[in-house]
Amino acid sequence: MADRKAQRARTVLLLLALATLVAAAAFLTVGARGPWGFVLALRGGKLAGLVLVGAAIAVATVLFQTLTENRILTPAVMGFDALYVTVQSLAVLLLGAAGASAIDPRLRFAGEALLLAVAALALFRLLFDGRRGLHLVVLAGLVFGLLFRGLANLIQRLIDPNAFAVLQGMLFARFNTMDTTLLPVAALIIAAACLAALRLAPVLDVLALGRERAINLGVDHARMVTALVLLVAVLVAVSTALAGPVLFFGLLVSNLAYLALGTDRHLYTLPGAMLIAILCLAGGQTLLERGLGYDAALGMVIEFAGGIVFILLLLRRTRA
Amino acid sequence: MIDIRNVSKSYGPARVVDDLSLRLPAGGLTAIIGPNGAGKSTLLSMVARLLAPDSGRITVDGLDVNTTPGPVLAKRLAILKQANEMALRLTVAELVAFGRFPHSRGRPTAQDREKIAEAIGYVDLAGLADQPIDEMSGGQRQRAFIAMVLAQDPACLLLDEPLNNLDMKHAAATMRLLRRAADELGKTVVVVIHDINFAACHADRIVALKAGRLCFAGTPDELMRPEVLRAIYDMDVRVYEVDGMRLGAYYR
Repeated sequence: MADRKAQRARTVLLLLALATLVAAAAFLTVGARGPWGFVLALRGGKLAGLVLVGAAIAVATVLFQTLTENRILTPAVMGFDALYVTVQSLAVLLLGAAGASAIDPRLRFAGEALLLAVAALALFRLLFDGRRGLHLVVLAGLVFGLLFRGLANLIQRLIDPNAFAVLQGMLFARFNTMDTTLLPVAALIIAAACLAALRLAPVLDVLALGRERAINLGVDHARMVTALVLLVAVLVAVSTALAGPVLFFGLLVSNLAYLALGTDRHLYTLPGAMLIAILCLAGGQTLLERGLGYDAALGMVIEFAGGIVFILLLLRRTRA
Repeated sequence: MIDIRNVSKSYGPARVVDDLSLRLPAGGLTAIIGPNGAGKSTLLSMVARLLAPDSGRITVDGLDVNTTPGPVLAKRLAILKQANEMALRLTVAELVAFGRFPHSRGRPTAQDREKIAEAIGYVDLAGLADQPIDEMSGGQRQRAFIAMVLAQDPACLLLDEPLNNLDMKHAAATMRLLRRAADELGKTVVVVIHDINFAACHADRIVALKAGRLCFAGTPDELMRPEVLRAIYDMDVRVYEVDGMRLGAYYR
């Protein structure tokens, strides 16, 4: 039956890959007017952004859920992206809008990502020392999320209106107007992080059994936690830098992946969640933008759907 | 062989294990008994490197458990804790396959698959290998977890209160299974257990802890005396001999 499960997971992955290809092709071609060279270059850039953001959020969420042994948590619910927004606001406050936008965006991004990684690690170490119950951790995470959001708000009130306009430009969830200067760097980082995650897949499976069982099976738990927090922080930083903060998207795609694949093996759930995320973004964007003529509403639709999934999961958990 | 030297552990101001030294020889079944809060589970967790001692040193077959690399130790030593619930939906075969992780690193060979089937057969779950463990009874689930640590194939097997939540039949069957693992497979089995009668009927050696210190170490016959039991539990236990077994009566 283990083999049959793997067989099913492989079939689902194949179907997802095909659907994603179709969605990507539709995104590139549907409703195109004008010279193909121009259309493909423009939409190709956008598609690359969607693929990167989808992959980053999906992998970050699956890793985070394995790390916390909980499937209704996401880095966003725990305030990771709020932390990133705080870091960014702080940069604008300290450097000024001109200063912040004068720095090479890649350099600025590297600095901000590094800060986020360090802060996330410190926070996570504080919360997950293995002795505290999960409920406390979740609650603390939510409170920290609120704290960082409040802190970011405060900073944003302190900076002058012009600088605020610049900052706001950096912070909105935007799937159709991504910052393309970061794409090559982001592609490198995300590809490296995803490969690292896939290589760790068997260890991640063991980690999902819980701390004590993982240690019993010879996994260096403390080191793995550090590595995973760093991976998650980097992925969140990249995706937030590209597309702004999203709250429930990761939850939506990770849980759809667990459901569709019918297995907990990371070898399947990681690529599965990635494909579903890309499918949602590219397909959703095509449907909304070209099919229904709406602009820039994808973020909202996805958050709405993700929010509903979150509530459903909570309800099912309390009943079970 | 497990060698525990001057080990202490405190939770806040409470000293749970207090400068304890103990040596358990290789082979056979050792039961660790003692009142609640005596430090039994804490001691076992420290031997299995789930907890770091505040001071002292623990070695298993000469390997320091706190400095030896995890994968090396995982082939020598396995622990099964009392909490057997799990968020994941795994079948028996999938769960037991995890026991091979220290050997296969996630890429099971034909030999690993053989060991998995063998372990499942050993605990008598061959017919239920494809059953999800969350749909099984407590006794069956307990056996599935024991199969997992058997598949791990360590020289030394630690079990923390394996009889918790089991009825009489399954408790006795679990103890017989552990006895067989010691006798037939040559494992060193160490169990933390509450029931002195189960301990006396199945163990070769019994170690009693009280307030974090060693209170008694000896054979079942040496343990099953009213004055010894009184010293450990601060209560009167009458001891009767039934069919050559010494049993304590402490129910009223």
